[in-house]
Amino acid sequence: MMPDVVFYTAEVMVNGLMAGVLYALVALGFVLIFKASGIFNYAQGVLALFAAMTLVGIQNGQVPFAHLVNAVFGTKVHHFGWTVPSLAAIALTALVMVGLAIAVERLVLRHLVNQEPIILFMATIGLAYFLEGLGDVMWGAEVKRLDVGLPQGMSGLIDEVTFNWFGYGFFIDRLDIAATAVAVALVVTLTLFSQYSKQGRALRAVADDHQAALSVGISLRFIWVLTWSIAGFVALVAGIMWGQKSGVQFSLSLIALKALPVLMLGGFTSIPGAIVGGLIIGMGEKLFEFFVGPMIGGATENWFAYVLALIFLVFRPQGLFGEKIIERV
Amino acid sequence: MRDTTAEGYVTADGRRIGGVLMEMRNITLRFGGVKAITDISFDIREGEIRAIIGPNGAGKSSMLNVISGFYVPQEGEVWFRGQRRPPMKPYQVARMGIARTFQNIALFEGMSVLDNVMTGRLTHVRSGILDQAIWWGRAEREEDEHRAKVERIIDFLEIQHIRKTPVARLPYGLKKRVELARALAAEPRLLLLDEPMAGMNVEEKEDMCRFILDVNDEFGTTICLIEHDMGVVMDLSDRVVVMDYGKKIGDGPPDEVRRSKAVIDAYLGVSHD
Ligand SMILES: Nc1ncnc2c1ncn2[C@@H]1O[C@H](COP(=O)(O)OP(=O)(O)OP(=O)(O)O)[C@@H](O)[C@H]1O
Ligand SMILES: [Mg+2]
Repeated sequence: MMPDVVFYTAEVMVNGLMAGVLYALVALGFVLIFKASGIFNYAQGVLALFAAMTLVGIQNGQVPFAHLVNAVFGTKVHHFGWTVPSLAAIALTALVMVGLAIAVERLVLRHLVNQEPIILFMATIGLAYFLEGLGDVMWGAEVKRLDVGLPQGMSGLIDEVTFNWFGYGFFIDRLDIAATAVAVALVVTLTLFSQYSKQGRALRAVADDHQAALSVGISLRFIWVLTWSIAGFVALVAGIMWGQKSGVQFSLSLIALKALPVLMLGGFTSIPGAIVGGLIIGMGEKLFEFFVGPMIGGATENWFAYVLALIFLVFRPQGLFGEKIIERV
Repeated sequence: MRDTTAEGYVTADGRRIGGVLMEMRNITLRFGGVKAITDISFDIREGEIRAIIGPNGAGKSSMLNVISGFYVPQEGEVWFRGQRRPPMKPYQVARMGIARTFQNIALFEGMSVLDNVMTGRLTHVRSGILDQAIWWGRAEREEDEHRAKVERIIDFLEIQHIRKTPVARLPYGLKKRVELARALAAEPRLLLLDEPMAGMNVEEKEDMCRFILDVNDEFGTTICLIEHDMGVVMDLSDRVVVMDYGKKIGDGPPDEVRRSKAVIDAYLGVSHD
């Protein structure tokens, strides 16, 4: 008979992996935009929040800008009086994210071509706070419940099967399993898209060299809209998972903070890096909390990821899969 | 004898040169106070190999950048295939059938040689995301066609042995050749080459010369190239534009240009006043 601690550890690891999938998803959004345009998109977390708010709003048939409309016209509209099925609402929200991508390109990026990266970074900070405000004005600032019908709660099947096999029932949330499945599907789709489609090829070209990309007939503006749309869609998926778990509220935008150590670990330009980095951070964080947390008073999940990333950074500044950069002199 | 009328002319080696394909009219380009190009006019004819020469900083690359849309001139007009071209982005110019290489090589370093050359086909790819999702078969057939064309160009430029090699690992001379392959993959009407032989050894230069002549001969591609090496220019080109300090100081067949006093002075560094 295996000691219980082995099972505990395995269970904690599996749960950590599932949390890691979400971190990876958010980090992926950062990597996509960074690769295509060299912009560190501070707004990625708010993008997830905005997407989740919009999804809930559309699902519930909320009137956008209701407060504003009522204040200006003296009306009392709040709801259209219908609800939209989950899948249709997700599709509509995806369209809104594409619209947002177009607006960002038109109103911001286009005017900042060839600016220093720090200027673009500042622009995304501005964008983050603008979007946060826009989300509140459009859909209201209260905490919202998000439910797109994903399974939730302990998986009885896994509990039973593992109990029969090992004499120890694993506790795994069905939402985590669903999230993992969706994230895997998303990553596979993105990889196929980038490897085999015309737009994907163009995207890789732009990520590699702007000048060369222009010379083979690629429109940078189109590629920016495309990457921001994809990043918006990835944010939507992350927003759905996180929102269903802990409700749609401001703190959802803070998942971006979880993605930072993942990026430090995986590198800013590597898609596999974001995925593996996410899994390592997710798992490491849970294991550390489980084994070391009790000795030092717990709540290690807030900082452990950063410390891990920092230590890693000192030894491998180029990230997990990055090539070692040797300065030419 | 040369006949430079609207109908074109026949070269000494019997190639038929057609009418005007591209015409630059009174182009002036400034960077702040610096005048890179001052009031330059010249044309490029169908089927021709046209060279632009001149000392360092003469404005040759700037001219090529104006043609390919990377720089927008403050004054002057660009005419292509008998029509005045409105100001265009580089990607729009590329889609009109003008391909180019760069003086300091712009390749996709992270991709293989094959993938690099495949990007040259992007302007010809018809199927978009939706087509690919719905008509998988058709998109695949199209992909095969592009692949076949690319393989032919790879054979033509004798780079089969490095097809799968990441470009970042190639030596300089081969990179130049891959860049030419990518430009050729677009099947351009006009091919712009910015110092295609710079930094090459003698053998590599000879190869490149042969490729340029073969491209012009076999595909009938019109070529405009910048080159420093006078000998190479004499061998390759049908007509030469000479630039110095942003001005045009000569234009004509190579042997004629070589004898011109202004050109000799510019190359010997006689002071300007
Ligand atoms: N993007 C730019 N910004 C500012 N000045 C520029 C730019 N591009 C070119 N110039 C200036 O224009 C002038 C002509 O440069 P250009 O590169 O066209 O010369 P070139 O004939 O190609 O020289 P080389 O033989 O060295 O390649 C130079 O004085 C150069 O400094
Ligand atoms: Mg130059």
